[in-house]
Amino acid sequence: MDRLTGPQQQRDLGTPRQRFTGGMRVGAGLAAASFVLAIIFGAAAHEQGWSFTATTLASVLVFSGSAQFALLTALAGSGAAAPAIAAAILINARFLPMGLALGPSLSGGRLRRALQGQAVVDASFVAAHLGQGRFDRYRLFGATVVQWPAWVAGTVLGAVAAPPTDLAHRLGLDVVFPAFFLLLLLDELRSSRSGYAAAAIGAVVAAVLLWWVPPGVALLAATTGALIALRSRPPHTPEPALENER
Amino acid sequence: MTLWTAILAVAAGSFLIKAAGPAALGDRTLPAWSTGVLALLAPTLLAALVIVEVLGRRWEHVDLTVVAGLAAATGVWLLRAPMLVAVFAGVVATALLRLVTG
Repeated sequence: MDRLTGPQQQRDLGTPRQRFTGGMRVGAGLAAASFVLAIIFGAAAHEQGWSFTATTLASVLVFSGSAQFALLTALAGSGAAAPAIAAAILINARFLPMGLALGPSLSGGRLRRALQGQAVVDASFVAAHLGQGRFDRYRLFGATVVQWPAWVAGTVLGAVAAPPTDLAHRLGLDVVFPAFFLLLLLDELRSSRSGYAAAAIGAVVAAVLLWWVPPGVALLAATTGALIALRSRPPHTPEPALENER
Repeated sequence: MTLWTAILAVAAGSFLIKAAGPAALGDRTLPAWSTGVLALLAPTLLAALVIVEVLGRRWEHVDLTVVAGLAAATGVWLLRAPMLVAVFAGVVATALLRLVTG
């Protein structure tokens, strides 16, 4: 059934069940991190005056830390709904290119694929990447299936227990996510030489754009770093001497 | 009311964004030239996520204790520790630095 993986390669990857549990293993570490971050989100939303139901439902339905924090921050700042909604949706705009990348490894009709695409979150996308632009949907599902309950449970705990928000800062918990992303990046780079240049471009574009645009736009723009792959052929270089001789 | 509208709108928007790519492609495969680009999408995005998390809007989040924590996590991971252990080491390093520097 898989279009991108021949029968031989599929056997190498294991049965769907093995691939699913493989994804769960990668997802487990991130589920722990998500749980901690969700507690912070729940506590912050509680402090902002969000009701328990609204806080929990946001995590159930949106299931995206970056978007939920963007919404929380923007609503706290201005109180106006439209700019807050726009900020949160822009944060998630990066899932568009990720969905395109994953599309061919999903299965079924368009509706079924659209539903399967809901499993895309940052860490699961990375967990599902087999290298060379090939993805495995069972690893994707496995990685997401452990993160979602952790995210919701953490939110509930944070909203109920409402720990003081500076406690998370004192405990250094704001390091959890950048650290995970950094280690996942280093892990990716082990198997991909060309990844270094793309990652460097992504980092620089994001760093520069953060001065002028919201983080969501910076993230989306940074994905253009991947386009460097189109230049993998050595580019034709004109003779530099000619210019000087004239 | 504003809050509920905002939450439902963001949920719907995220759903559509995640649905768009797979639904538009259907069972078609992507052209050959795009494979290289897709392969680089994960590292590019991860690098950008690290930068956005560490710097924040207008680089206002920059915090040396976070940078030190990331360095500690990387160091421990390079010593072949599991990822979760390495992240925990980073958290401890940052927390200790904050305790000491107050």
